[in-house]
Amino acid sequence: MSIIEMVLIALVYLGIFSVAGLFLVLLERRVAAWFQLRIGPNRVGFQGLLQTMADALKLVSKELTGTEKADKFLYNLAPYFVIITALMALGVIPFTKDFQAFDINIGIFFLIAISSIGVIGILLGGWASNNKFALIGAMRSGVQTISYELSVGLSLLTMILLTRSLQLSEIVEVQKNGWLIVQGHIPAIIAFMVFMIAGTAETNRAPFDMVEAESELGAGFHTEYSGMKFAYFFLAEFINMFLIAAIATTVFFGAWLSPFGITESIPWLGVFWFLLKTLILVFLMMWFRWTFPRLRVDQLLTLEWKYLLPINLVNIVIMAFVVWQNLIIQF
Amino acid sequence: MSYFSNIFYGIKTLLTGMRVTGKYFLNSRKGAITQQYPDNRGILKMFDRFRGEVIMPHDENNEHACTGCQKCEIACPNGTIEIIWDRGLDEATGKKKKKIDQFVYHLSLCTMCGLCIDVCPTDAIEWGQNFENSVYDRTALTRVLNKPDSKIRPGVED
Repeated sequence: MSIIEMVLIALVYLGIFSVAGLFLVLLERRVAAWFQLRIGPNRVGFQGLLQTMADALKLVSKELTGTEKADKFLYNLAPYFVIITALMALGVIPFTKDFQAFDINIGIFFLIAISSIGVIGILLGGWASNNKFALIGAMRSGVQTISYELSVGLSLLTMILLTRSLQLSEIVEVQKNGWLIVQGHIPAIIAFMVFMIAGTAETNRAPFDMVEAESELGAGFHTEYSGMKFAYFFLAEFINMFLIAAIATTVFFGAWLSPFGITESIPWLGVFWFLLKTLILVFLMMWFRWTFPRLRVDQLLTLEWKYLLPINLVNIVIMAFVVWQNLIIQF
Repeated sequence: MSYFSNIFYGIKTLLTGMRVTGKYFLNSRKGAITQQYPDNRGILKMFDRFRGEVIMPHDENNEHACTGCQKCEIACPNGTIEIIWDRGLDEATGKKKKKIDQFVYHLSLCTMCGLCIDVCPTDAIEWGQNFENSVYDRTALTRVLNKPDSKIRPGVED
């Protein structure tokens, strides 16, 4: 692949996903409104479709303010860390057989690694802001991400016992005989539940939004950010949510494979199936957000270290047993 | 084994919560509580206990129930109501009787406490549903509540 080709693909991804992220923000706002018996933004464009575009334009045109004693270099670097890692991870997601920018043989490992770099951006932003709320928020983010990274990794590892490959295209290939959540039955369902809980915590969304807990910390780590830099953090949160849902789709629900192979002859429909599955999972995360109350820090750590981690470890052993005895359900 | 029962109890309660919010989500089309205000001005109905402004209802004969007793004026904590009264001949008895000339209501001073309405012996004044009270000139907020040439409804005594 030549450099120019790479740059072009990067630009295309950047364009598609920054717009897609904006629409996710809109979706979240509409869904939130429906959960609360409100209507939500419906004025700008048909059914408010252009609302977040207008918001983004407003944020671009705003003045960038910052604290006087902030560490200027790190302060400006932080939002880029967060957004770039979020966009980088999208490169390995298989939208269809051909629509995958970067099919490396350590795909899952790459995803886990990249998604934990994002937290460095949050830590940098919190530290460099020179603000106590931002610092507390960033430290909480560190605690949370380090803890829940374990569960994300282990639940994906459980599924890798089934697929015997880290490469995402291979993982999809294995699922042609039934999605992994069916193939792996009980341990796979447990792994999926653990992954969704840990994934929600990874993206710092409610009920795990200790990082920006409005009632305690103002806006958390991005208290001191404004304008476009704030928009980067905001967009990154939504791209990360999409990413967690996309990983779950790929690993548990057969990525771009259609249910029972009903549209196998039309390969480009894979994008539709992939996005449909992903959006259902995104909706599930929004449902969590507008239902559950926020956890305390100690409850957050109890959940991870006393519940999710032991369950996960036992689950891996069960999955190993299932694979060893060949108790997999395949069509 | 409270460890496992904790897990199951946790999952059960979370699902209960999700069922409640899910029900709201599915019914949001029918039951949205948002008022799209300037658009639905024609059909927007305020609720019964809404305190918009004090009004004096008149019947079809242009008659009201205000005897001019001034209890509302005394009850008002901030001088919102001013009653300009006079004595006139009562047609039924032929005696001189107190009657109102102008019931002046300063909306700009009113805190909507409702003491005047509580104290009125003849229920001559009540809450109106109007809430669009913005004007360009504050003198427009001083209103005379009894209509021109209106008189007290016969038989109303305090």
